[in-house]
Amino acid sequence: MREIDAMKITETVKNLCIEANCHLSSDIKECIKNFHTDESWPQAKEILERIIENYEISDESNQPICQDTGVACVFLKIGQDVHITGDITDAVNEGVRQGYEEGYLRKSVVRDPLDRVNTGDNTPAMIYFEIVPGDKIEITVAPKGFGSENMSQIAMLRPSDGLQGVKDFIIKTVEEAGPNPCPPVVVGVGIGGTFDKAAYLAKKALIRPVNVANSEPFYAELEKEILEEINKLGIGPQGFGGRTTALAVNIEKYPTHIAGLPVAVNINCHVTRHQTEVI
Amino acid sequence: MAISVKTPLTREDARKLKAGDSCLLSGVIYTARDAAHKRLCELLAQGKELPLDMKDSVIYFVGPTPAKPGQAIGSAGPTTSYRMDAYSPDLIAIGQTGMIGKGKRGPEVIAAMKEHGAVYFGAIGGCGALLSKCIKKAEVIAYSDLGAEAICRLEVEDFPVIVIIDSQGNNLYETGRRDYLAQKNK
Repeated sequence: MREIDAMKITETVKNLCIEANCHLSSDIKECIKNFHTDESWPQAKEILERIIENYEISDESNQPICQDTGVACVFLKIGQDVHITGDITDAVNEGVRQGYEEGYLRKSVVRDPLDRVNTGDNTPAMIYFEIVPGDKIEITVAPKGFGSENMSQIAMLRPSDGLQGVKDFIIKTVEEAGPNPCPPVVVGVGIGGTFDKAAYLAKKALIRPVNVANSEPFYAELEKEILEEINKLGIGPQGFGGRTTALAVNIEKYPTHIAGLPVAVNINCHVTRHQTEVI
Repeated sequence: MAISVKTPLTREDARKLKAGDSCLLSGVIYTARDAAHKRLCELLAQGKELPLDMKDSVIYFVGPTPAKPGQAIGSAGPTTSYRMDAYSPDLIAIGQTGMIGKGKRGPEVIAAMKEHGAVYFGAIGGCGALLSKCIKKAEVIAYSDLGAEAICRLEVEDFPVIVIIDSQGNNLYETGRRDYLAQKNK
């Protein structure tokens, strides 16, 4: 049994909050650059140039890439041979509190969805725990902006809707979102499970690097095919027209009930942020 | 070639701008997003005075990150505008001539823009670090209790925007996509 002090978790979460908000990960930067090279529509190309310029400024000056520094989505993979000294949920929230204060990040969380009073420190985080073999903790912080979150959708399709139904729903979601979620977008898709499991998988799909395909060839191919279809829509960067509507489609799937075919589409903007550390 | 646009923006000048025009805004603009819009419209409904003069004003839908020492403002890109659709028509009716945001607007907003002469500008979403360079001064003038949602008076210089919807109702989101697809399918 390995002992990990909860303070270590706080420290790690704090650093990841700042790092993720100020520095885009290399997979997404590379992806934006490739699409910029391939984009032929002049206005679209120019917007992609500004997007590149923006993340370069953030890299140099440690300034948030986007003013919506998001709600902090924190994924913890906890080794079953770890014992944590202290309250892990408190430790994560304390890390978010410190990170958002010290990093000059925006506090965007309200304490109640209806009375809408800001908590003032961006807590609580959205925390996802997973127990895995081993004696380490892997922590991923993915700040999630709500311009794109608001454009996400879920559908409880019928099994008879099949593969075509799934494709149609994903593409329809991106098309209806249009310019609102700050395209080019990253499309996280969860297929199967239950109503809530599908949504969780869609969120989880967004923390997979955009240059890593689904490990199953069928789904890897499907990701590619749907991405191509989305990039025929013509919405383009910021919705002003162009090829580059989406940068990637990441699909996660899970077994489901004989009567169901849940599909969740969680949209992220071009500022798809995630940073991971193992302790 | 970008058009230089000075604020305050008169109705007459707002009517000259066309969807697709690239503009560089200079002068004073005000920030407001969901919570501030709600308060402004509540005051208006009660017949009370607003904390800013709406005549010829341009409102930027933004909630910036906190400024670091030495900075005028933190990152400050646009938020999605449709959430202000419930409020914008009333503010346009009393003199607002410009809005800066990103994303679609509803028919009620476009109708008010056409009736009174107002323009909807887009700034590049997700480029808050870049856009903040054009903001030279920021001062909270109302609702400081709202934190990032407080109303700020901003002084901007050559702030890059593009006209998405003009005072005739022409819409770059429709024409840009249509033109791209027409060219691609030629």
